[in-house]
Order: sequence, then C-alpha cells, then structure tokens
Amino acid sequence: MRTPVSVKLVAGLGPRGWLAVAAVLVAAWVLVPLAHLMLPEGHPLHISTYAITLIGKILCYAVVAVAMDLIWGFGGILSLGHGLFFALGGYSFGMYLMRQIGRDGSYGADIPDFMVFLDWKELPWYWSGTDSFLWCLLLAVVVPGAIAWIFGYFAFRSRIKGVYFSIITQAMTYAAMLFFFRNETGFGGNNGFTDFKRILGYSITAPETRVVLFGLSVTLLLGTLILGKALIASKFGRVLTAIRDAENRVMFIGYNPLHYKLFIWTVSAMLCGLAGALYVPQVGIINPSEMSVANSIEIAIWVAVGGRGTLVGPIFGAGIVNLSKTWFTTSFPEYWLFFLGLLFILVTLYLPEGVAGLWAKIKARRAEKAAIAAARAEAAAVPAAPRSPAAPESKLPNGTAAKGA
Amino acid sequence: MRVESSISRNAPADGQKEGWDGGASTSHVLTPGELDLSHKVMLYLDDITVSFDGFRALNQLSLQIDAGELRCIIGPNGAGKTTMMDVITGKTRPDSGKAFFGQTIDLTRLTEPQIAHAGIGRKFQKPTIFEHHTVFENLELALKTDKRVKKSLFARLFGDDLDKISDTLGQIRLADQADRPAGLLSHGQKQWLEIGMLLVQDPKLLLLDEPVAGMTDDETERTAELFVSLKGKHSLVVVEHDMAFVEALGGKVTVLCEGSVLAEGDLATVQADPRVIEVYLGR
Amino acid sequence: MKRLLLILSLALGLGAGAVRADVAPEVLKGLASEDFDAKQGAVAALASVGDADAARLLKALSDDAVAVAGDKLVIVAGEQVLDAANGKPLKPAASPDSISLNNSLRQQVDGALAALRLLSADKTERLAAAKALLADMGDGAALLPLFDKALKQEQDGEIKTILVQLQAQASLSSPDAAARLQAVQTLGQSASPAVKALLLPLIEKQGDTFAEPDEKVRLAAQTAIKAIDGRLVWSDTAGQIFTGISLGSILLLAALGLAITYGVMGVINMAHGELLMVGAYSAYAMQALFRSRFPDFVDYYVVAAVPVAFFVAAAVGMLMERTVIRHLYGRPLETLLATWGLSLVLIQAARLLFGAQNVEVANPAWMSGGVQLAENLSLPWNRLVIVAFSGFVLLVVWLLMNKTRLGMFVRAVTQNRPMAGCVGVPTARIDTLAFGIGSGIAGLGGVALSQIANVGPDMGQGYIVDSFMVVVLGGVGQLAGAVWAALGLGVVTKFLEGWAGAVIAKILVLVFIIIFIQKRPQGLFALKGRFVD
Repeated sequence: MRTPVSVKLVAGLGPRGWLAVAAVLVAAWVLVPLAHLMLPEGHPLHISTYAITLIGKILCYAVVAVAMDLIWGFGGILSLGHGLFFALGGYSFGMYLMRQIGRDGSYGADIPDFMVFLDWKELPWYWSGTDSFLWCLLLAVVVPGAIAWIFGYFAFRSRIKGVYFSIITQAMTYAAMLFFFRNETGFGGNNGFTDFKRILGYSITAPETRVVLFGLSVTLLLGTLILGKALIASKFGRVLTAIRDAENRVMFIGYNPLHYKLFIWTVSAMLCGLAGALYVPQVGIINPSEMSVANSIEIAIWVAVGGRGTLVGPIFGAGIVNLSKTWFTTSFPEYWLFFLGLLFILVTLYLPEGVAGLWAKIKARRAEKAAIAAARAEAAAVPAAPRSPAAPESKLPNGTAAKGA
Repeated sequence: MRVESSISRNAPADGQKEGWDGGASTSHVLTPGELDLSHKVMLYLDDITVSFDGFRALNQLSLQIDAGELRCIIGPNGAGKTTMMDVITGKTRPDSGKAFFGQTIDLTRLTEPQIAHAGIGRKFQKPTIFEHHTVFENLELALKTDKRVKKSLFARLFGDDLDKISDTLGQIRLADQADRPAGLLSHGQKQWLEIGMLLVQDPKLLLLDEPVAGMTDDETERTAELFVSLKGKHSLVVVEHDMAFVEALGGKVTVLCEGSVLAEGDLATVQADPRVIEVYLGR
Repeated sequence: MKRLLLILSLALGLGAGAVRADVAPEVLKGLASEDFDAKQGAVAALASVGDADAARLLKALSDDAVAVAGDKLVIVAGEQVLDAANGKPLKPAASPDSISLNNSLRQQVDGALAALRLLSADKTERLAAAKALLADMGDGAALLPLFDKALKQEQDGEIKTILVQLQAQASLSSPDAAARLQAVQTLGQSASPAVKALLLPLIEKQGDTFAEPDEKVRLAAQTAIKAIDGRLVWSDTAGQIFTGISLGSILLLAALGLAITYGVMGVINMAHGELLMVGAYSAYAMQALFRSRFPDFVDYYVVAAVPVAFFVAAAVGMLMERTVIRHLYGRPLETLLATWGLSLVLIQAARLLFGAQNVEVANPAWMSGGVQLAENLSLPWNRLVIVAFSGFVLLVVWLLMNKTRLGMFVRAVTQNRPMAGCVGVPTARIDTLAFGIGSGIAGLGGVALSQIANVGPDMGQGYIVDSFMVVVLGGVGQLAGAVWAALGLGVVTKFLEGWAGAVIAKILVLVFIIIFIQKRPQGLFALKGRFVD
C-alpha cells in the first residue's frame, strides 16, 4: 500500500547522492594530490601546502560540526563540551605521534621530551601500548566514547536537559582542561603534544603524507555524512527527533529516551574523537586549550550558522566561520572577537535556521514567484483563475531548540 | 525497555504485596511481568497520598478499575485528577500507598516507558504529538513493537504493521492526512491523532485526560462512539468536564474532590448526591 | 662544621671578655681578613658581645662604613674617622680601604643587629626585635649566646616566651645531641606552623641516613610535631572556614545577579561574567579619577565605585536586554549562544578601551592588613569587608524582591507573564528593569573582585562556570538556595583544596555537583510540584 519512509531511505542516498559522493572522493584522492604534487608552484591551479593543511583542518572541524548537529539539531541536546571529545581523540593519537619521534627528540630519550623534562623515568600505565598505530586509533574512538557514555548515562538518567545539560557539559570540559593543564597528569601540561616527526614511519611534513591525510579527512567527512543520513532516515532518527519535540510523549508510548540519547551522544563523541585524531597530525599540535569552554561553544556556532537539523548545513557553517577566522586573524586580529560575537548574536536573532534555512527560504520564494508569474499568465489567458497555491512549508523544524530545551 | 527483567527483579523484593489478598499467595502460576487479571481487576490504587510542599494533591485515594471497564472521572479543578494519572504512569511517585496494575505489577517501581510497555497508554490534557513528524510517522512511532535502540536502527515496517496503521488511520478519520506534518492538524484532529497513537500501542488500560476538549459536537459524538466500542477489549479511564460526553459514554462515574473519592456510581446517582452538588455548586 | 667551631670558639672566648670596654683585637682582625669565614666568625662574636661598641661596629658594617686604614680597623663617619675598637676619633695613618660584605654576611650582620636590639632598654623595641627574629632568623647558632644573655636580663613574660623559642630554634643545629633534644622539646610547646616546618627536616631521610643522627631527638621531634599539629588543627580549620566563606561570598556576589536574571527571569546570561568585569573596570576608572582629581580622598574611591559600578553594569545589562535578550525569551539555548556572543563583544571592547593587560587596582589603606586572631590565623581586612559587603547586597536584594512593588511585579511576570500583563503590570519594562538590577548586582560583585583578584578583560570567564554551578545547585528562583550553595561550595572547595590541591578540588566539586543533581535535579531548595515540561 505504501513504502514507509525508512525503506525509501535505507536504499541510500539515491543515484545522484552516490554520484556526488564519488565525485568528491575522486577530487580528494586524485585531483587535489595532482594539483599539489605535480603542478609547479607558479601554476594557477597549484594547491599550496598551506591551503591543503587549512582545508584539511576545516574538514576535521566539519566532522565535529556534523557530529554536533546530530545531537543538537536532531536530538535537541546542546552540548557545550564537544571540544573535550575532539581533544581526547587528538591526545590519544597525538601520543602515537609523540612515540614516533623516538630518540629524535631534544633529549634523545625513549620517552617523550616533556616527560624527560618533568623527570619521569618511564611511561605511565595509561600510555602503554601507544607505540602501536592501531591501538592509538582505537583509543581515539573508545576513550571519548567511554567518557561520553559514562557522563551521558548519569546526566540523561537523572533527566538533566536543556540548558542544565549544556552548563554541566561546559563544566565537564572545563574540569578536563584543568586536569590536562597539570604537568603531573602526564598530558604534557601547557604545551601539550607537539614537534611531531613521523607517522607510520613517513615524514609528517612530506607533501605526500599531507595529501593522504587530506584525503582521509574528506573520506571521514563523507563517512560521517552517510552515517548521519542513515541514522536520521532510520526509525531511530524519527524517535530522536520525537524526543527533541515531545520527550514526555515518547516515554509514554514506551521508548526509553535515556538509551536513545545515550546512543547518539556516544556516537557523536566518537566521531569527534576520530576528527581530533585526524586533526592533530595535520595541525601538528594538541594542547589543553582545545578543551576550553570557548572552543566548545564555537562548535555550536558552526552548526547554528550552517543550519541545524540539516546534515550538510553544519559543514558550510564550519567552513564559513573558520575561513573568516583565518582571514580576520591575519588581517584584523583585533576585530575577530567582535565578528564572532556579532555572528553569535545575529545568527540566533535573524537566522535561526542558518545558511541552509536561508537557502531553503530563497528557493521557496523563487518557486512562489514563479507560481505567481505562471498564475498571472494563466489569469491573463483565462479570467477568474484560482489563486496560486501558497509557498511550500519550510522543511526545517521551527524553533527546534526551544522545544528541545 | 527490558520490562521483563526489571519486573522479575522487583517482584520478589516487594514486601508490601503480602498485605493484601490476591497476587502472590494465590494458587495459580505467576508469570513475572505479565498482566495478571485473575481477579478481574485492571487497576488497583490503595490509600495513595501525594503531597507537594504541604499541599495534598492526593489524599488517601483508593480506586479500583475492572478489566474492560469504562470509567469516567469528574471533579472540580485541583481535585487531583491529573496527579492521579501521573501516579499511574510513573511520572510522580506517591508518598505512600499502593498502585498495582493487575495483580502483580507494582506501578510505583517502574519507569514511564516500562509502564507503557506493561500496557498503560496515556493521553495528555494538552494534545502531545510529534508536530514535525507526519501523521503516519506519529502512528509508526507509537506502534507496539520492540522499542529498543538496536531494533530502531534497522526497523522496517511489514504488512501487519502497515495494516494496523492504516486501520487506525481510518478509525481516527485521518487517512487522507497521513503524509501531512502533524503540527498542521486542527486541534480536534490532534486529539484524535493522540488517541490513535494510544490505539496502535494496543494498551490494556487507556488513561484519557480531557479527550474531547476543543472538538466540535460532531467530533465529540464520534469520539464517544469510539470509546464505547473499545470498552470490553480495553479498560478506559476518562477524565472529562463535559457532562454530555460523560453521559454519552455511560458507565460508572467517580467524583474526585480534594484528592480523594467523593462519590461513585452511575451518572444519575452521582448527580443526585448532595455532597457532589455542594462541591460543584459551591457551599 | 669547621666554621661553626670557629664561631663558637670566638664567641666563647669573647663572651668572657665582655666586660672589657674595647672590641677584642681578634675580632677586628677577623673582620679585616679577606676570608669570609673569618669575617662571619667575627660578626658572630660581635653579636654575642652585644655591648655598645659592638653595636656601633655592626651598624657601621651594615652601612658599609667600616674600612681598613693601615693596621687599624676604622669606621668612616662622614669627615670623621673613628677607631673601630672603641669609637674614639682617630687621625688615620693611611687612606681607609673599605671592607666588603657578601650577601650572606650582610644577612648575618642584619640579624645580629636585630638580635642586639633584644638588649635594648625599650620594651616595645625588644618585642619587635624578638618578633622580627622569629619571622626570619637566618643562621641562628651564632646568636645563641646573645639569646642566653637576653633571656637572663628579660623581665617581660611575652618576650621571654619568644626568646625561649628563639633559643630553642637556634640550638637545633647545635652539635650537642642533648642540647638539640632539649630544643626540640621546647619547640614542641609552640603552636606555630613555622616551628613545625623547622622540625620536619629532622625526621626526614637524606639518602639512606636521617638528617638527624640521634634517634632520641628524632623521636622527640616526632612527638613535638604531633603536639604542634594538635594545636594547629582548630586554628587551621577556622582559617579554612574563613577563606571558604570568603570565597563563598565572592561566588555569592557573582551568583546573586544570576539568581535574578537566571533564577527569577529564566535568562541564561553567559555574559554575566563580563558584567562582573564591567564592574571591576568601573572600580579601576574611579581609582584613576580619584588619583588625578581628588588625591586626598583616594582611599575612598571604592565607596564611590560601588554606585558607579552598579549603574554602569545595569546600563550595559539593560542595553543587552533591550537589543538582544528580549527577542529570545522562551528560547534558552538561543539565549545562551547570543549572550555568549555578547560576552565576546564585551571582552574585546574592554581590550580596546583598557588594553589587553591586567590593570592594577589597589586596596585602599583601610582595607589592607588584617586582624590577627592566632599565630597562624589572620583575617585580611579586604576579605572581611567583602564578606560584609556581600551580606549587605544580599539583604538589599532580598528586600527588593520580597518587600517592594517592583519585586512583586518581577515575581508576577516570571510566574505568569500574560496574566501579569492583563492586570496591568508593564511586563516589558519590568523585564528590562529586573535584568538591569541583576546586571547591576554583578557590577557590585566586580567591585568586590577588583579588591582581591586580577582585573583584566578575561576575568569574567573564570567565574561563569562557578556562578552557574551555584545557581544550579541552589535551585532556580531561590535566593536562599543561592546563598547556601555559594557558601557551601566555597567552604567545600577550600577544604578540598587543602586536602587535594586546587585543580583536583575543582574537579571533585564538579563531580559532586553532577552527582548531587542526580539526587535532586531541582536544586537544594526547589519546590516540588506538578511540572509540565
């Protein structure tokens, strides 16, 4: 009698969607490497190391933005602690990079320089096994996931929601930052991890390595998008948005919101961890300031600018905000905070659905205009024609956050 | 979620149960977590008290709903009708007293989702539906299925489920609205959608808080017909102010006042009761 | 050890000769020597003699006025040249060649000079000298003979007690185990953490051997430390409670404004910390104004800063409410983001106006110093004033919210906006006013903060998490809750800090709050009720 929505979407992104995925993959793995490695520097199509690193970094941020959107845009849970999960992934993988330095550090010791500096004799237990690439990659996913799960379990179980939850997550990342700042906790203190030399034996600054890391970032982002799409299109996604809109009703029809929130919260944290792991080798440093409250709130503005409740929007949001940041901090550093501050204010006041919402609105208006024009033409031909239909409803959930809170 | 396990864990530890006849001491075999209607009692509230900072919302309330019964509850504002529903559905924990679903399920120990799984459906005073989901999706979510995360990730709808949804859509007269976002429905249609969401859950006991508020006379009449047709298969508890509607439903009426039962009986008897008249018409 | 023996021999040899008028020639020779050890011995000897000649010579040494002129040691006093031995004017045989002191020697000279004041005729000077030595004695062994002498002469009980302690401290490094034992036992009578710090090294191991070779002394030291600890407990606890209350009163000032804007109005204001900053900078501006315009009244700039900070912060707050927050009522998450944006703008504005560096805001004279309650318990005036001030602000807020029409309107609007509007409450104006009051109180908190913490553009950021914790813990809409939560958090944090260090304490407090909210999601003093959420 009818195909349920889930069946339609499990079929995937549709031919056009998959075509787009394939095109982006080809661009990332073939065209960009060609433009970077083969073309000479003066060539107009040459892509510089700076550009590759910058875009790679923004791609990692975009993954975080999509992960954030999954819980905020679809789950109605605003986390102000996602910087923590990102940083945890970064630290886990950063330790692998530290171990790869080997004896080439300034002290020529087996353990990382900062430990020598603090007079440590051997690696603490929690860093054992970090010379293995796979183990560190696993840590980068599992550690943020586990911490998110434990934190989320207690927070969601006691039905902490809305702003309360946001504030508590803020406190969580703040506490973690204090902890990581300490020298004796074994995370490199103030300076964190830096001065990386190699990854899997390859030089970390080699153009080839950078290109591979770039390609991996693109792939991770696409993977995140496809995963997000599948989650949102499944019944799980519908329960999630139902929890956002009317949690009580969801409980009284027999779903336990705790498990749903916990699942998406943990998945989101794990995605952030992976993004952090890819971010560190490209940027070359990870330190506790990544866990600062300000950083985590900035993630929220990426999503808000892009448009929450859409999967692609946050990617544009992350891109717009971070490119502006790069531009401002090199050209007018003293005005960056003004810009960012005003962005927060103006987007929440005038662009609650972000760029994606704006785009949808423009499209709707165009369709409306076209319809009116068509109706007029018709009216000119046939007098007393019926009025044109109203503009289609906006697809975005209005006042999503207000309901979620 | 995991109703069975939590009930089997709770049931043996429940010392309070010894105090009343039926349940644990009877001769027939008990299956933990399953509704036991051996005494034909669906809901059993005994001596329930709930107070909010000194104010007693429920004051030693005792109430019994039989299997398949349609019961109307009336009472002035602040009589404790909604609080009673909160207690039954696990939203509010009573300070004292017992609340049993059937003979064995202690409602005061279960969470809201567990209670929903056990077979109690609730309609709120203000229609609560998922406004951004379509009417169809609203019903799909409410459908009686395994509601764990794992299942929801790969859930698909099969013939039986689709039939069930389509039947319910017909029952609540929203078949032509199936693909519209529920937020666009009229108030009365939202009320019906919420009732439909209860029906696809297939609950044993339906709690309906002012189900016909905001409906036209015509809609009210049809709702009454629907409820009457459900009687027997399900137990229904209807809280309503609309006396015409109560009359149309027939059945026993309980009058709540200041957190306890003031009178009980058929509508005519209750309406003739001087205490009820005093409560409604003022002293 | 060799040096010590030298000093002792000199001291003993000269102690007997103290009756002689002139400074002994061995001492003069030692001073003139190029060897710093010999010089130290000589200074120690001078200290132990302690008569007028010795005092003069030490004073001259401290002033760099001692010189070698031929075979004589002389004191150069302007045009005059005096004999170092007896202070008689001399005709120098050769041009004086001044003798040099190194740092440790200079310290020793100063110590000896201070010690000599122990023999002064003036009681207050003796007491001051004794206290000064107690605070910082340096190498006390050299002064031991002097302490003995002073103790013999001393009549005043208070000074005597200090002298006994000084004597014991000085004999801790005595080579004689019995003397050390005696000293440790004497020190065990004390209730001072400084004495405890002196005793602690005795029971510590250096490598494989103990710093203190004699086991009896070690045992005695252990007993003494225990005894001191016992005496320290109450004053320590009292001190911690006070610093806790002081921290709590700061948190309270930061949170009281929030208790109105968030607790009563339900607005999440992430720029609240920046309103504190505005208040603190107002204090800074008032200080600058008083310094340039009314230098005679500069000590009272704080008093003037209180109303100024209130009105400036209130104005900023009302502007924020009118332009941004007003449009976001009922959308807490959006409010959170927008006000965060406001906070960034305010921070950057402060940077542009006052510079990115911290500015200096000085305590007025009447707020510096403190009340000494016990040897290790002193309550600084600035903290006492802040505790009193926060009590005052609390009282004002309570009166405002519960006893005035405005307070009633605010509560009415919060509870039922449409109904309040219907009965004629100007809801929009009430919102702005209430937000202004909350912001103004934050400004007051900023003035208080400027007296004890750094004032800089980022200062507000550190308080925002804490003050939200207070409100969350206290429960929304509850002044009493905010008070208890602030004081409780302050005291608990300080105790944990003493026990586990500042960072761990902070983490533990956050964990505690998260667990607490598990048990009481509505906070400490929340009303139970039928919540529709």
